[in-house]
Amino acid sequence: MTEQSFTPDEMMTIAAARALGNDDVCFVGIGAPSAACNVARLTHAPDITLIYESGTIGTAPDVLPLSIGDGILCDTAVTTVSVPEMFRYWLQGGRITIGFLGAAQLDRFGNINTTVIGDYAKPKTRLPGGGGAPEIASSCGKIFITMKQSRRGMVEKIDFVTSFGHGAGGKAREKLGLTTKGPTLLITDLAVWKTDPESGEFVVASLHPGVTREQVQETCGWPARFNESVEETPPPSDLELTTLHDLKARTAAAHGKN
Amino acid sequence: MAVFQSLPQAISENLHAGDSVAFEGFTHLIPHAAAHEVIRQGIGGLTLIRMTPDVIYDQLIGMGLVKKLIFSYAGNPGVGLLRRLRDAVENDWPQPLELEEHSHAAMANAYEAGAAGLPLAVFRGYKGADLAKVNPNIKSVTCPFSGEVLAAVPSLRPDVAVIHAQKASKRGDVLIEGIVGVQKEAVLAAGRAIVTVEEVVEDFAEVHPNACVLPHWTVTAIAQVPGGAHPSYAHGYYERDNQSYLAWDEIAADRERFQAWMQDNVIAATPEDFAARVAKVRAAK
Repeated sequence: MTEQSFTPDEMMTIAAARALGNDDVCFVGIGAPSAACNVARLTHAPDITLIYESGTIGTAPDVLPLSIGDGILCDTAVTTVSVPEMFRYWLQGGRITIGFLGAAQLDRFGNINTTVIGDYAKPKTRLPGGGGAPEIASSCGKIFITMKQSRRGMVEKIDFVTSFGHGAGGKAREKLGLTTKGPTLLITDLAVWKTDPESGEFVVASLHPGVTREQVQETCGWPARFNESVEETPPPSDLELTTLHDLKARTAAAHGKN
Repeated sequence: MAVFQSLPQAISENLHAGDSVAFEGFTHLIPHAAAHEVIRQGIGGLTLIRMTPDVIYDQLIGMGLVKKLIFSYAGNPGVGLLRRLRDAVENDWPQPLELEEHSHAAMANAYEAGAAGLPLAVFRGYKGADLAKVNPNIKSVTCPFSGEVLAAVPSLRPDVAVIHAQKASKRGDVLIEGIVGVQKEAVLAAGRAIVTVEEVVEDFAEVHPNACVLPHWTVTAIAQVPGGAHPSYAHGYYERDNQSYLAWDEIAADRERFQAWMQDNVIAATPEDFAARVAKVRAAK
Protein backbone atom coordinates (compact mmCIF):
# COMPACT_ATOMS: atom_id res chain seq x y z
CA MET A 1 0.00 0.00 0.00
CA THR A 2 1.36 3.37 -0.92
CA GLU A 3 1.59 6.26 1.51
CA GLN A 4 -1.59 8.31 1.55
CA SER A 5 -2.01 12.00 2.17
CA PHE A 6 -5.03 11.46 4.43
CA THR A 7 -5.89 9.35 7.48
CA PRO A 8 -8.71 6.77 7.69
CA ASP A 9 -10.47 9.15 10.09
CA GLU A 10 -10.34 11.98 7.57
CA MET A 11 -11.60 9.69 4.83
CA MET A 12 -14.50 8.70 7.10
CA THR A 13 -15.48 12.29 7.81
CA ILE A 14 -15.25 13.30 4.16
CA ALA A 15 -17.16 10.26 2.88
CA ALA A 16 -19.86 11.03 5.45
CA ALA A 17 -19.96 14.69 4.40
CA ARG A 18 -20.53 13.68 0.77
CA ALA A 19 -23.73 11.86 1.73
CA LEU A 20 -25.39 15.15 2.69
CA GLY A 21 -27.09 17.46 0.21
CA ASN A 22 -27.76 21.18 0.02
CA ASP A 23 -31.50 20.71 0.62
CA ASP A 24 -31.16 18.45 3.63
CA VAL A 25 -32.38 19.32 7.10
CA CYS A 26 -30.05 17.37 9.31
CA PHE A 27 -30.25 16.58 13.02
CA VAL A 28 -26.59 16.45 14.06
CA GLY A 29 -25.16 14.14 16.70
CA ILE A 30 -22.03 15.30 18.50
CA GLY A 31 -18.55 13.99 17.60
CA ALA A 32 -17.91 12.44 14.19
CA PRO A 33 -21.34 13.39 12.75
CA SER A 34 -20.78 17.03 13.70
CA ALA A 35 -17.47 17.18 11.82
CA ALA A 36 -18.99 15.54 8.74
CA CYS A 37 -22.03 17.81 8.66
CA ASN A 38 -19.92 20.94 8.90
CA VAL A 39 -17.50 19.79 6.20
CA ALA A 40 -20.54 19.28 3.96
CA ARG A 41 -21.73 22.79 4.78
CA LEU A 42 -18.29 24.27 4.06
CA THR A 43 -17.87 22.44 0.73
CA HIS A 44 -20.69 21.21 -1.53
CA ALA A 45 -23.76 21.93 0.64
CA PRO A 46 -23.55 25.58 1.77
CA ASP A 47 -27.32 25.85 2.31
CA ILE A 48 -27.79 22.66 4.34
CA THR A 49 -29.80 23.18 7.53
CA LEU A 50 -27.96 21.82 10.55
CA ILE A 51 -29.95 21.30 13.73
CA TYR A 52 -28.51 20.44 17.14
CA GLU A 53 -30.81 19.10 19.83
CA SER A 54 -30.12 22.09 22.08
CA GLY A 55 -32.67 23.92 19.93
CA THR A 56 -30.38 25.64 17.42
CA ILE A 57 -31.86 25.54 13.91
CA GLY A 58 -29.84 26.41 10.81
CA THR A 59 -26.59 26.82 12.67
CA ALA A 60 -23.25 27.53 10.96
CA PRO A 61 -20.46 27.28 13.54
CA ASP A 62 -17.01 28.49 12.55
CA VAL A 63 -15.42 25.85 14.80
CA LEU A 64 -16.73 22.45 15.87
CA PRO A 65 -18.64 22.68 19.15
CA LEU A 66 -17.38 20.56 22.04
CA SER A 67 -20.96 20.01 23.18
CA ILE A 68 -24.36 20.12 21.48
CA GLY A 69 -25.06 23.37 23.31
CA ASP A 70 -21.97 25.54 22.76
CA GLY A 71 -22.72 29.25 22.43
CA ILE A 72 -21.43 29.41 18.85
CA LEU A 73 -24.34 27.21 17.74
CA CYS A 74 -26.83 29.76 19.04
CA ASP A 75 -24.82 32.76 17.79
CA THR A 76 -24.86 31.45 14.21
CA ALA A 77 -28.35 29.90 14.12
CA VAL A 78 -31.33 31.13 12.12
CA THR A 79 -33.36 30.65 15.29
CA THR A 80 -33.01 28.97 18.67
CA VAL A 81 -36.05 27.25 20.11
CA SER A 82 -36.74 25.58 23.44
CA VAL A 83 -35.92 21.91 23.85
CA PRO A 84 -39.57 20.78 24.10
CA GLU A 85 -40.32 22.69 20.89
CA MET A 86 -37.32 21.05 19.21
CA PHE A 87 -38.53 17.56 19.99
CA ARG A 88 -42.25 18.19 19.44
CA TYR A 89 -42.62 20.51 16.47
CA TRP A 90 -39.42 19.93 14.57
CA LEU A 91 -38.43 16.30 15.18
CA GLN A 92 -41.79 14.64 15.92
CA GLY A 93 -43.47 16.99 13.46
CA GLY A 94 -41.51 15.35 10.66
CA ARG A 95 -39.47 18.37 9.56
CA ILE A 96 -36.09 16.65 9.58
CA THR A 97 -34.84 14.68 6.57
CA ILE A 98 -31.69 13.12 8.02
CA GLY A 99 -30.60 12.12 11.50
CA PHE A 100 -26.84 11.68 11.76
CA LEU A 101 -25.79 9.46 14.65
CA GLY A 102 -22.71 7.86 16.14
CA ALA A 103 -22.80 4.58 18.04
CA ALA A 104 -20.98 2.79 20.84
CA GLN A 105 -22.34 -0.56 19.69
CA LEU A 106 -23.99 -1.28 16.36
CA ASP A 107 -25.42 -4.39 14.73
CA ARG A 108 -25.79 -5.22 11.03
CA PHE A 109 -29.39 -3.95 11.02
CA GLY A 110 -28.46 -0.50 12.26
CA ASN A 111 -29.77 -0.96 15.80
CA ILE A 112 -27.68 1.21 18.12
CA ASN A 113 -26.65 0.82 21.76
CA THR A 114 -25.41 3.84 23.70
CA THR A 115 -26.92 2.77 27.04
CA VAL A 116 -25.01 -0.07 28.73
CA ILE A 117 -22.43 -2.73 28.06
CA GLY A 118 -23.59 -5.86 29.86
CA ASP A 119 -26.81 -6.26 31.82
CA TYR A 120 -28.98 -3.14 32.27
CA ALA A 121 -29.54 -3.65 36.01
CA LYS A 122 -25.88 -4.45 36.74
CA PRO A 123 -23.90 -3.11 33.81
CA LYS A 124 -20.25 -3.74 33.10
CA THR A 125 -20.06 -0.22 31.67
CA ARG A 126 -22.71 2.41 32.15
CA LEU A 127 -22.76 4.56 28.99
CA PRO A 128 -24.44 8.00 28.80
CA GLY A 129 -27.75 6.73 27.43
CA GLY A 130 -29.97 7.59 24.52
CA GLY A 131 -30.52 11.33 24.80
CA GLY A 132 -32.37 12.33 21.67
CA ALA A 133 -31.42 9.23 19.69
CA PRO A 134 -34.45 6.93 20.22
CA GLU A 135 -36.81 9.47 18.61
CA ILE A 136 -34.24 10.77 16.12
CA ALA A 137 -34.02 7.16 14.88
CA SER A 138 -37.80 6.92 14.46
CA SER A 139 -38.81 10.44 13.37
CA CYS A 140 -36.15 11.59 10.88
CA GLY A 141 -36.73 10.71 7.22
CA LYS A 142 -33.64 8.53 7.21
CA ILE A 143 -30.65 7.80 9.40
CA PHE A 144 -26.96 7.93 8.61
CA ILE A 145 -24.51 6.38 11.05
CA THR A 146 -20.80 7.03 11.27
CA MET A 147 -18.28 5.21 13.48
CA LYS A 148 -14.83 3.65 13.43
CA GLN A 149 -14.83 -0.05 12.77
CA SER A 150 -13.90 -2.39 15.62
CA ARG A 151 -15.01 -5.79 16.88
CA ARG A 152 -16.08 -4.14 20.12
CA GLY A 153 -18.26 -1.63 18.31
CA MET A 154 -19.68 -3.58 15.37
CA VAL A 155 -21.12 -6.67 16.99
CA GLU A 156 -23.31 -9.66 16.18
CA LYS A 157 -25.76 -8.73 18.95
CA ILE A 158 -25.93 -5.43 20.82
CA ASP A 159 -26.46 -5.51 24.61
CA PHE A 160 -29.31 -2.96 24.59
CA VAL A 161 -31.42 -1.45 21.82
CA THR A 162 -31.19 2.27 22.57
CA SER A 163 -32.28 3.30 19.08
CA PHE A 164 -34.21 1.01 16.77
CA GLY A 165 -32.84 0.48 13.27
CA HIS A 166 -34.23 -2.42 11.29
CA GLY A 167 -34.74 -4.70 14.31
CA ALA A 168 -34.15 -8.30 13.26
CA GLY A 169 -34.29 -7.21 9.63
CA GLY A 170 -36.83 -7.38 6.83
CA LYS A 171 -40.02 -5.42 7.44
CA ALA A 172 -39.41 -4.88 11.18
CA ARG A 173 -39.99 -1.12 10.97
CA GLU A 174 -43.23 -1.48 9.07
CA LYS A 175 -44.52 -3.95 11.65
CA LEU A 176 -43.90 -1.39 14.41
CA GLY A 177 -45.86 1.21 12.48
CA LEU A 178 -42.79 3.26 11.59
CA THR A 179 -43.13 5.14 8.33
CA THR A 180 -39.61 6.55 8.17
CA LYS A 181 -36.75 4.76 6.39
CA GLY A 182 -34.40 4.20 9.33
CA PRO A 183 -30.68 3.58 8.79
CA THR A 184 -29.75 3.68 5.11
CA LEU A 185 -26.04 4.42 5.29
CA LEU A 186 -23.07 3.52 7.48
CA ILE A 187 -19.82 5.35 6.93
CA THR A 188 -16.77 3.93 8.69
CA ASP A 189 -13.04 4.58 8.57
CA LEU A 190 -12.72 1.69 6.08
CA ALA A 191 -15.84 1.62 3.93
CA VAL A 192 -19.23 2.97 2.96
CA TRP A 193 -22.03 0.51 3.72
CA LYS A 194 -25.56 0.82 2.36
CA THR A 195 -28.67 -0.85 3.73
CA ASP A 196 -30.07 -3.67 1.59
CA PRO A 197 -33.72 -2.62 1.22
CA GLU A 198 -34.93 -6.24 1.41
CA SER A 199 -33.00 -7.64 4.37
CA GLY A 200 -32.36 -4.36 6.19
CA GLU A 201 -28.73 -5.35 6.54
CA PHE A 202 -25.66 -3.18 5.88
CA VAL A 203 -23.74 -4.22 2.74
CA VAL A 204 -20.35 -2.78 1.76
CA ALA A 205 -20.84 -0.53 -1.27
CA SER A 206 -17.35 0.98 -1.47
CA LEU A 207 -13.96 0.46 0.15
CA HIS A 208 -11.84 3.48 0.96
CA PRO A 209 -8.60 3.73 -1.06
CA GLY A 210 -6.11 1.03 -0.07
CA VAL A 211 -8.55 -0.88 2.17
CA THR A 212 -9.04 -4.62 1.65
CA ARG A 213 -12.09 -6.81 2.25
CA GLU A 214 -10.06 -8.69 4.86
CA GLN A 215 -9.49 -5.49 6.86
CA VAL A 216 -13.21 -4.77 6.83
CA GLN A 217 -14.02 -8.27 8.08
CA GLU A 218 -11.27 -8.29 10.76
CA THR A 219 -12.78 -5.21 12.36
CA CYS A 220 -16.42 -6.23 12.10
CA GLY A 221 -18.14 -8.65 14.47
CA TRP A 222 -20.70 -9.93 11.98
CA PRO A 223 -20.03 -11.72 8.67
CA ALA A 224 -19.62 -8.75 6.33
CA ARG A 225 -21.56 -8.78 3.07
CA PHE A 226 -20.16 -7.04 0.01
CA ASN A 227 -22.01 -5.65 -2.98
CA GLU A 228 -21.55 -7.57 -6.21
CA SER A 229 -19.52 -4.67 -7.54
CA VAL A 230 -17.67 -3.05 -4.68
CA GLU A 231 -16.30 0.29 -5.73
CA GLU A 232 -13.43 2.34 -4.42
CA THR A 233 -14.47 5.42 -2.44
CA PRO A 234 -13.06 8.42 -4.31
CA PRO A 235 -10.14 9.80 -2.28
CA PRO A 236 -10.59 13.18 -0.60
CA SER A 237 -10.19 16.13 -2.94
CA ASP A 238 -7.79 18.93 -2.04
CA LEU A 239 -10.75 21.15 -1.21
CA GLU A 240 -12.34 18.55 1.09
CA LEU A 241 -9.09 17.83 2.89
CA THR A 242 -8.11 21.47 3.27
CA THR A 243 -11.58 22.33 4.56
CA LEU A 244 -11.40 19.57 7.17
CA HIS A 245 -7.83 20.48 8.22
CA ASP A 246 -8.75 24.16 8.58
CA LEU A 247 -11.89 23.34 10.55
CA LYS A 248 -9.91 21.13 12.94
CA ALA A 249 -7.16 23.74 13.33
CA ARG A 250 -9.71 26.47 14.13
CA THR A 251 -11.42 24.11 16.57
CA ALA A 252 -8.17 23.24 18.35
CA ALA A 253 -7.27 26.92 18.64
CA ALA A 254 -10.72 27.77 20.03
CA HIS A 255 -10.92 24.98 22.59
CA GLY A 256 -7.29 25.16 23.70
CA LYS A 257 -5.01 22.17 23.87
CA ASN A 258 -6.69 18.78 23.88
CA MET B 1 -43.44 36.10 44.74
CA ALA B 2 -39.70 36.33 44.18
CA VAL B 3 -37.59 37.16 47.22
CA PHE B 4 -34.00 38.34 46.78
CA GLN B 5 -31.78 36.33 49.12
CA SER B 6 -28.24 35.16 49.55
CA LEU B 7 -27.63 31.81 47.86
CA PRO B 8 -27.15 29.91 51.17
CA GLN B 9 -30.44 31.31 52.42
CA ALA B 10 -32.32 30.60 49.17
CA ILE B 11 -31.16 26.97 49.24
CA SER B 12 -31.71 26.30 52.95
CA GLU B 13 -35.22 27.78 52.92
CA ASN B 14 -36.42 26.05 49.76
CA LEU B 15 -34.64 22.72 49.35
CA HIS B 16 -35.07 20.01 51.96
CA ALA B 17 -33.63 16.53 52.43
CA GLY B 18 -35.59 13.98 50.42
CA ASP B 19 -36.94 16.52 47.89
CA SER B 20 -37.15 15.92 44.16
CA VAL B 21 -35.19 18.66 42.46
CA ALA B 22 -34.40 19.62 38.86
CA PHE B 23 -31.25 21.67 38.26
CA GLU B 24 -31.93 22.36 34.60
CA GLY B 25 -29.80 23.80 31.83
CA PHE B 26 -29.00 22.33 28.44
CA THR B 27 -25.19 22.74 28.38
CA HIS B 28 -25.86 26.47 28.75
CA LEU B 29 -26.70 28.22 32.09
CA ILE B 30 -26.14 25.20 34.31
CA PRO B 31 -26.59 26.26 37.95
CA HIS B 32 -23.19 25.17 39.29
CA ALA B 33 -23.03 27.63 42.18
CA ALA B 34 -26.44 26.53 43.48
CA ALA B 35 -25.48 22.84 43.31
CA HIS B 36 -22.26 23.56 45.20
CA GLU B 37 -24.27 25.32 47.89
CA VAL B 38 -26.46 22.20 48.23
CA ILE B 39 -23.30 20.13 48.66
CA ARG B 40 -21.95 22.50 51.32
CA GLN B 41 -25.23 22.29 53.22
CA GLY B 42 -25.21 18.48 52.85
CA ILE B 43 -28.85 18.24 51.79
CA GLY B 44 -29.25 14.54 51.02
CA GLY B 45 -31.68 11.81 50.02
CA LEU B 46 -32.46 13.79 46.86
CA THR B 47 -34.22 12.63 43.74
CA LEU B 48 -32.41 14.49 40.99
CA ILE B 49 -34.20 15.20 37.72
CA ARG B 50 -32.53 16.46 34.58
CA MET B 51 -32.41 15.73 30.87
CA THR B 52 -28.64 16.01 30.69
CA PRO B 53 -27.05 15.33 34.07
CA ASP B 54 -23.44 16.40 33.81
CA VAL B 55 -20.70 17.58 36.14
CA ILE B 56 -22.88 18.94 38.98
CA TYR B 57 -24.88 15.73 39.14
CA ASP B 58 -21.63 13.74 39.08
CA GLN B 59 -20.57 15.84 42.09
CA LEU B 60 -23.84 15.51 44.02
CA ILE B 61 -23.88 11.73 43.38
CA GLY B 62 -20.21 11.32 44.33
CA MET B 63 -20.85 13.21 47.58
CA GLY B 64 -23.55 10.69 48.52
CA LEU B 65 -26.50 13.11 48.42
CA VAL B 66 -28.58 11.36 45.76
CA LYS B 67 -31.03 8.49 46.12
CA LYS B 68 -32.52 8.46 42.65
CA LEU B 69 -31.82 9.97 39.25
CA ILE B 70 -34.44 10.63 36.55
CA PHE B 71 -32.61 11.45 33.32
CA SER B 72 -32.19 10.97 29.58
CA TYR B 73 -28.48 11.48 28.87
CA ALA B 74 -25.81 11.22 31.55
CA GLY B 75 -22.51 12.33 30.09
CA ASN B 76 -19.81 14.95 30.30
CA PRO B 77 -20.85 16.86 27.15
CA GLY B 78 -18.33 16.38 24.37
CA VAL B 79 -15.89 14.63 26.71
CA GLY B 80 -17.29 11.26 27.69
CA LEU B 81 -18.83 9.41 30.61
CA LEU B 82 -19.64 10.61 34.10
CA ARG B 83 -17.23 8.68 36.27
CA ARG B 84 -18.82 9.29 39.69
CA LEU B 85 -22.22 8.29 38.31
CA ARG B 86 -20.65 5.17 36.79
CA ASP B 87 -19.03 4.29 40.10
CA ALA B 88 -22.42 4.59 41.82
CA VAL B 89 -24.24 2.50 39.21
CA GLU B 90 -21.53 -0.11 38.69
CA ASN B 91 -20.10 -0.36 42.25
CA ASP B 92 -22.70 1.27 44.55
CA TRP B 93 -20.08 3.87 45.61
CA PRO B 94 -20.59 5.84 47.80
CA GLN B 95 -24.13 4.41 47.85
CA PRO B 96 -26.52 2.69 45.44
CA LEU B 97 -28.26 4.94 42.92
CA GLU B 98 -31.72 4.21 41.57
CA LEU B 99 -32.15 5.13 37.92
CA GLU B 100 -35.28 6.09 36.00
CA GLU B 101 -34.14 6.49 32.45
CA HIS B 102 -35.96 8.16 29.56
CA SER B 103 -35.25 9.68 26.17
CA HIS B 104 -34.89 13.45 25.66
CA ALA B 105 -38.23 13.58 23.87
CA ALA B 106 -39.91 11.92 26.86
CA MET B 107 -38.31 14.23 29.43
CA ALA B 108 -39.02 17.39 27.41
CA ASN B 109 -42.64 16.34 26.96
CA ALA B 110 -42.91 15.38 30.65
CA TYR B 111 -41.69 18.80 31.82
CA GLU B 112 -44.07 20.51 29.43
CA ALA B 113 -46.93 18.35 30.74
CA GLY B 114 -45.92 19.26 34.29
CA ALA B 115 -45.98 22.95 33.42
CA ALA B 116 -49.36 22.44 31.74
CA GLY B 117 -50.80 20.80 34.86
CA LEU B 118 -51.36 17.47 33.13
CA PRO B 119 -50.75 14.08 34.77
CA LEU B 120 -49.02 12.58 31.75
CA ALA B 121 -47.21 13.39 28.53
CA VAL B 122 -48.20 11.75 25.23
CA PHE B 123 -45.86 11.63 22.28
CA ARG B 124 -44.68 9.45 19.39
CA GLY B 125 -41.65 7.69 20.78
CA TYR B 126 -39.77 4.70 22.16
CA LYS B 127 -40.67 2.64 19.08
CA GLY B 128 -38.66 -0.58 19.32
CA ALA B 129 -36.49 0.87 22.10
CA ASP B 130 -35.45 -1.34 25.03
CA LEU B 131 -35.89 1.49 27.57
CA ALA B 132 -39.61 0.69 27.56
CA LYS B 133 -38.69 -2.80 28.89
CA VAL B 134 -36.61 -1.57 31.83
CA ASN B 135 -38.56 1.53 32.88
CA PRO B 136 -42.10 0.74 34.15
CA ASN B 137 -42.98 4.44 33.82
CA ILE B 138 -42.91 4.11 30.04
CA LYS B 139 -46.35 3.03 28.91
CA SER B 140 -48.60 3.58 25.91
CA VAL B 141 -52.02 5.02 25.17
CA THR B 142 -54.23 4.62 22.15
CA CYS B 143 -55.43 7.81 20.50
CA PRO B 144 -59.25 7.85 20.80
CA PHE B 145 -59.54 9.62 17.44
CA SER B 146 -57.02 7.93 15.14
CA GLY B 147 -56.30 4.67 16.96
CA GLU B 148 -52.56 5.38 16.86
CA VAL B 149 -50.62 3.87 19.76
CA LEU B 150 -48.49 6.57 21.40
CA ALA B 151 -45.94 6.59 24.20
CA ALA B 152 -47.01 7.91 27.60
CA VAL B 153 -44.88 8.92 30.58
CA PRO B 154 -45.85 10.61 33.85
CA SER B 155 -45.46 14.38 33.87
CA LEU B 156 -42.50 15.79 35.80
CA ARG B 157 -43.46 17.90 38.81
CA PRO B 158 -40.35 18.42 40.89
CA ASP B 159 -40.60 19.82 44.41
CA VAL B 160 -37.97 22.35 43.43
CA ALA B 161 -36.48 23.68 40.17
CA VAL B 162 -33.10 25.40 40.25
CA ILE B 163 -31.88 27.43 37.27
CA HIS B 164 -29.30 30.07 36.42
CA ALA B 165 -30.31 33.04 34.25
CA GLN B 166 -28.71 36.18 32.85
CA LYS B 167 -30.80 38.87 34.51
CA ALA B 168 -33.41 39.61 37.10
CA SER B 169 -35.22 42.92 37.23
CA LYS B 170 -35.53 44.66 40.61
CA ARG B 171 -39.09 43.40 40.73
CA GLY B 172 -37.86 39.80 40.38
CA ASP B 173 -38.76 39.01 36.76
CA VAL B 174 -36.15 36.69 35.26
CA LEU B 175 -34.72 36.84 31.72
CA ILE B 176 -33.22 33.79 29.97
CA GLU B 177 -31.44 34.30 26.64
CA GLY B 178 -29.63 32.08 24.14
CA ILE B 179 -30.13 28.34 24.36
CA VAL B 180 -33.17 28.38 26.65
CA GLY B 181 -33.35 24.60 27.05
CA VAL B 182 -36.20 23.39 29.21
CA GLN B 183 -35.80 25.84 32.10
CA LYS B 184 -39.09 27.68 31.66
CA GLU B 185 -40.99 24.39 31.68
CA ALA B 186 -39.02 23.12 34.70
CA VAL B 187 -39.78 26.25 36.71
CA LEU B 188 -43.48 26.22 35.82
CA ALA B 189 -43.71 22.48 36.60
CA ALA B 190 -42.06 22.80 40.02
CA GLY B 191 -43.51 23.60 43.43
CA ARG B 192 -40.75 26.11 44.20
CA ALA B 193 -38.14 27.76 41.98
CA ILE B 194 -34.69 29.02 42.94
CA VAL B 195 -32.92 31.22 40.40
CA THR B 196 -29.36 32.48 40.42
CA VAL B 197 -28.61 35.40 38.09
CA GLU B 198 -25.58 37.18 36.67
CA GLU B 199 -26.95 40.64 37.41
CA VAL B 200 -29.93 42.56 38.71
CA VAL B 201 -31.13 45.44 36.52
CA GLU B 202 -33.68 48.19 37.06
CA ASP B 203 -36.30 46.79 34.65
CA PHE B 204 -36.71 44.94 31.33
CA ALA B 205 -37.88 47.97 29.33
CA GLU B 206 -35.23 47.27 26.65
CA VAL B 207 -36.01 43.58 26.36
CA HIS B 208 -37.56 42.19 23.16
CA PRO B 209 -41.33 41.64 23.56
CA ASN B 210 -41.03 37.90 22.81
CA ALA B 211 -38.08 37.23 25.09
CA CYS B 212 -38.14 34.30 27.50
CA VAL B 213 -39.13 36.00 30.76
CA LEU B 214 -40.35 34.27 33.91
CA PRO B 215 -42.62 36.75 35.77
CA HIS B 216 -41.63 37.39 39.39
CA TRP B 217 -44.69 35.59 40.72
CA THR B 218 -43.48 32.27 39.19
CA VAL B 219 -40.17 32.41 41.05
CA THR B 220 -39.63 31.73 44.76
CA ALA B 221 -36.11 32.99 45.44
CA ILE B 222 -33.45 34.87 43.49
CA ALA B 223 -29.77 35.06 44.40
CA GLN B 224 -27.30 37.13 42.44
CA VAL B 225 -24.20 34.99 41.78
CA PRO B 226 -21.97 36.40 39.01
CA GLY B 227 -20.25 33.52 37.25
CA GLY B 228 -22.68 31.09 38.88
CA ALA B 229 -22.88 28.84 35.82
CA HIS B 230 -19.12 28.22 35.52
CA PRO B 231 -17.75 26.06 33.87
CA SER B 232 -21.00 26.17 31.90
CA TYR B 233 -21.62 29.54 30.29
CA ALA B 234 -23.95 32.50 30.33
CA HIS B 235 -24.66 33.77 26.82
CA GLY B 236 -23.56 37.38 26.56
CA TYR B 237 -21.48 37.20 29.77
CA TYR B 238 -18.84 34.50 29.48
CA GLU B 239 -18.03 31.47 27.37
CA ARG B 240 -18.06 27.81 28.21
CA ASP B 241 -14.84 26.81 29.97
CA ASN B 242 -14.25 23.69 27.92
CA GLN B 243 -10.90 23.03 29.61
CA SER B 244 -12.67 22.55 32.95
CA TYR B 245 -14.93 19.92 31.43
CA LEU B 246 -11.91 18.11 30.02
CA ALA B 247 -10.16 18.35 33.41
CA TRP B 248 -13.22 16.97 35.21
CA ASP B 249 -12.80 13.68 33.36
CA GLU B 250 -9.47 13.16 35.14
CA ILE B 251 -10.53 14.53 38.52
CA ALA B 252 -13.61 12.31 38.65
CA ALA B 253 -11.71 9.20 37.54
CA ASP B 254 -10.29 8.61 41.02
CA ARG B 255 -12.27 8.58 44.30
CA GLU B 256 -9.60 10.25 46.41
CA ARG B 257 -8.73 12.86 43.85
CA PHE B 258 -12.43 13.62 43.51
CA GLN B 259 -12.84 14.04 47.27
CA ALA B 260 -9.79 16.28 47.54
CA TRP B 261 -11.03 18.44 44.66
CA MET B 262 -14.49 18.76 46.25
CA GLN B 263 -12.92 19.76 49.56
CA ASP B 264 -10.79 22.49 47.99
CA ASN B 265 -13.18 23.82 45.36
CA VAL B 266 -16.62 23.32 46.87
CA ILE B 267 -16.61 22.66 50.62
CA ALA B 268 -13.99 25.31 51.35
CA ALA B 269 -15.34 27.74 48.74
CA THR B 270 -18.18 30.28 48.61
CA PRO B 271 -20.64 31.51 45.96
CA GLU B 272 -18.49 34.64 45.63
CA ASP B 273 -15.60 32.54 44.25
CA PHE B 274 -17.46 32.03 40.96
CA ALA B 275 -16.85 35.58 39.74
CA ALA B 276 -13.08 35.01 39.66
CA ARG B 277 -13.48 31.66 37.92
CA VAL B 278 -15.10 33.27 34.88
CA ALA B 279 -12.59 36.13 34.60
CA LYS B 280 -10.55 34.18 32.03
CA VAL B 281 -13.55 33.13 29.88
CA ARG B 282 -15.13 36.54 30.25
CA ALA B 283 -12.01 38.18 28.88
CA ALA B 284 -12.02 35.73 25.98
CA LYS B 285 -15.44 36.92 24.90
